[in-house]
Amino acid sequence: MIKTYDVVIIGAGGAGLRAAVEIPKEYSCAVISKVFPPRSHTGTAQGGVCAALGNMEEDSWENHAFDTVKGSDYLGDQDAIEVMCQDAVRAIIELEHMGMPFSRNEDGKIAQRKFGGHTKPADPADPYGKRIPVMRACYSADRTGHVMLQTLYENCIKNQVSFFSEYFVTQLLVENGACSGVVAMDISTGEIHTFHAKAVVFATGGYGRAFQITSNAHVGTGDGTNLVYRAGLPLEDMEFFQFHPTGLWRLGILVSEAARGEGGILKNKDGERFMQRYAPTVMDLAPRDMVSRAIITEIREGKGIRGSDGTDYVLLDVSHLGKKVIDEKLPEITGFARTYLGVEPTKEPIPIQPTAHYAMGGIPTDIDGRVLANEKGDIVKGFYAAGECACVSVHGGNRLGTNSLLDIIIFGRRSGKAVAEFIKTADYSPLPKDTEEQTRKEIEALKTSTGKESILNIRTELQVMMMNKCGVFRNEKELKEGIEELKQLKERYKNISIQDKGNIFNTDLMEAIELGNLLDSAEATLYSAENRHESRGAHTREDYTNRDDENWMKHTFITKGNGSEPKITYKPVVITRYKPMERKY
Amino acid sequence: MELSVKILRYNPEKDSKPYFQEYKVPGVAEDWRLLDVLHEIKWKLDGTLTFRRSCAHGVCGSDGIKVNGKNRLACSILLKDLNYKKTITIEPLPAMPIIKDLVVDMTSFFQKYEVIKPYLITKTPPPPDVERFQTNEDAEKLFESAKCILCGCCTTSCPSTWTNDNYIGPAALLKTYRFVFDTRDEAPDERLDIIDNPDGIWRCHTIFNCIETCPKEINITWHISQLKTRLATREF
Ligand SMILES: Cc1cc2nc3c(=O)[nH]c(=O)nc-3n(C[C@H](O)[C@H](O)[C@H](O)COP(=O)(O)OP(=O)(O)OC[C@H]3O[C@@H](n4cnc5c(N)ncnc54)[C@H](O)[C@@H]3O)c2cc1C
Ligand code: SF4
Ligand code: SF4
Ligand code: FES
Repeated sequence: MIKTYDVVIIGAGGAGLRAAVEIPKEYSCAVISKVFPPRSHTGTAQGGVCAALGNMEEDSWENHAFDTVKGSDYLGDQDAIEVMCQDAVRAIIELEHMGMPFSRNEDGKIAQRKFGGHTKPADPADPYGKRIPVMRACYSADRTGHVMLQTLYENCIKNQVSFFSEYFVTQLLVENGACSGVVAMDISTGEIHTFHAKAVVFATGGYGRAFQITSNAHVGTGDGTNLVYRAGLPLEDMEFFQFHPTGLWRLGILVSEAARGEGGILKNKDGERFMQRYAPTVMDLAPRDMVSRAIITEIREGKGIRGSDGTDYVLLDVSHLGKKVIDEKLPEITGFARTYLGVEPTKEPIPIQPTAHYAMGGIPTDIDGRVLANEKGDIVKGFYAAGECACVSVHGGNRLGTNSLLDIIIFGRRSGKAVAEFIKTADYSPLPKDTEEQTRKEIEALKTSTGKESILNIRTELQVMMMNKCGVFRNEKELKEGIEELKQLKERYKNISIQDKGNIFNTDLMEAIELGNLLDSAEATLYSAENRHESRGAHTREDYTNRDDENWMKHTFITKGNGSEPKITYKPVVITRYKPMERKY
Repeated sequence: MELSVKILRYNPEKDSKPYFQEYKVPGVAEDWRLLDVLHEIKWKLDGTLTFRRSCAHGVCGSDGIKVNGKNRLACSILLKDLNYKKTITIEPLPAMPIIKDLVVDMTSFFQKYEVIKPYLITKTPPPPDVERFQTNEDAEKLFESAKCILCGCCTTSCPSTWTNDNYIGPAALLKTYRFVFDTRDEAPDERLDIIDNPDGIWRCHTIFNCIETCPKEINITWHISQLKTRLATREF
């Protein structure tokens, strides 16, 4: 069945909902999400969203921009970073005006706290000299993403946005450089629908589920990114995947950086505050890539603690903060430690290990969310992307904490605005022939397959492989092994079968399709990682230990091969005012 | 350890009515989440078992189910907190139509939530370029209610909901509190009018089922009582 809307937005996380708010009422707009909007992953974000409000101490958007550029290890596009940091203050105020409940400071303004990598010059007269942590993260206890998502959802209800909840998008319709819509399955009935639109916005989130230990929800399977890849369009900087240093041991559930922002300390098995050896000035508040490497290094040197599952962890201690601070500012995350590990954080340290957290790479866009068709900057007409699935690129090689919630509201809004402008004059691009054919065939094949492979085995092997061969530290040998393993997994995937053959709420089928998406996201990640012969941000190569600005100040664009290996091209990094320098903290 | 679970199954494409199916799940440990058990069944024993889930740590509200007679989130309850040596009984949340197995149709739950105008309503324009001021004390008065993840455990555990489909239910009332008591909101009366009727707040007889079941440990009845007081004392 064909449904027609001026705008179709895929994803009801922060990015999708913020875009939806921008579409004027006189146009029809549908938001499609595979889960109910308030169940989207944005709701799990804990620590904060940053802007140089200066509510607690002197700060400036330039400080924020510099930190973001430096945090990105100079791979972030500086024009986009400037746009984001300059607009951040307005964006946060706007959220407050929309009704978001923030924690407040003594003046009744939005409260702010420290977060990794957010700094300002110790001496204002020497802007590029020594820097000290600054309170820039706006928060609502440790439920910032939750209340942000609720607030945006509430504003969509107010604007009477049409939601298609529990619709699963399976196909992106692009032909001749133009996008005409998507194909989606109504999960509750199994019916297939074509959504014909003038403009499509992808806001489908990340793909952390490609890794064994992850902070990401089960729905984080990179569907959007992968539909783009499969449509023959490029993905950008897929080798940059962030490992958050503090996931709950064994489970990967996130313990926000807010814990360290409030004064929590990392310790190794000897009780040593090891971060002082790795980042003498900011210590535990160094950016995530550095802290994750430090933890793995400690563990490799035998300074971790062996857990009952055979993996090693280090400790995050917040007990010295006292019960009041913990209960007021970190209630949720300390609750997780209590519930899932039986650890009482007011009395004992929390066992943690790095957890796969955030995709810096994704669908390449310009600063207004327009999706790029190639590294030259041509755009795909009527196609936009924002949020974690996109790559603008503001995070470059490594995202700073609290910059993602900012990214989704800034670039969600900008794509919404660009779409609103575009649909004023644009016409519907024609739908390709037999739009639903591919989805129907794929579903039929999965339902009728009598193959011997199971979703579970292939997914687990993929996740273990990605964790071991494409994790915090990487090298050519392991990446090549990973690529070979992936090829076999993809071959075996052709032989999976599912047990549920029905139409209604077939989650067996969904998991099979999601696994296909994970395999392709992993492919783009592995090939891009193997190809980049340097260490930058979250991409750390043991065989190329230095950052190589001469050869690698450029974005990777990877395109799916047609029956052959993926193709890689490059796009230069946009540099405005911050010249690359060594990244020390 | 082998665990025995009994799950209410229903596939409208095949079954004329719901029935219990028992599974023996080997290799589980007492620090497993109940969600891990459901996954173990789905991934290893029976791919047709159907349930919702996403975050797996109690923040998205997807996996409300009834466990041994009590509504809970599958991801927020560990086996050791259940009487796991005996068979565990799992059913979908009550008082909502079953779509399939543990998946229920939450349309009416969300409709009730939308009815109370769950968004900040203001008449005075906000100050330009700065936030509206609010003391931290006033902000924190909202936090407990804002914690709600719309899982539906409370509303479907409420005896008043069971006897009357139209009862607005604790989750929507909690949301009403969230806005009525927000010092920035300028339409408390609009919302109070909506809940001030026999199918509204007055159908709550303070039976406390809702509190016992809320996975976020929200003191729902306290919030409802604040609304009742506000209603009783409001001047027209
Ligand atoms: C545990 C955790 C804590 C975090 N804390 C912070 C923090 O404190 N500060 C910060 O800045 N960042 C934080 N982040 C990162 C940040 O939360 C995310 O990057 C951001 O919320 C992503 O938002 P999004 O709108 O792009 O996507 P999401 O919120 O992930 O939404 C994706 C949407 O796409 C939909 N979708 C996906 N695939 C399909 C499909 N095939 N069909 C239909 N719909 C589909 C989903 O249903 C969902 O609605 C955290 C991340 C995690 C995991
Ligand atoms: S206290 Fe009120 S809302 Fe809660 S269960 Fe009882 S009647 Fe229902
Ligand atoms: S109040 Fe508690 S039980 Fe009710 S919907 Fe909210 S989180 Fe769930
Ligand atoms: S899966 Fe999110 S609350 Fe249980």
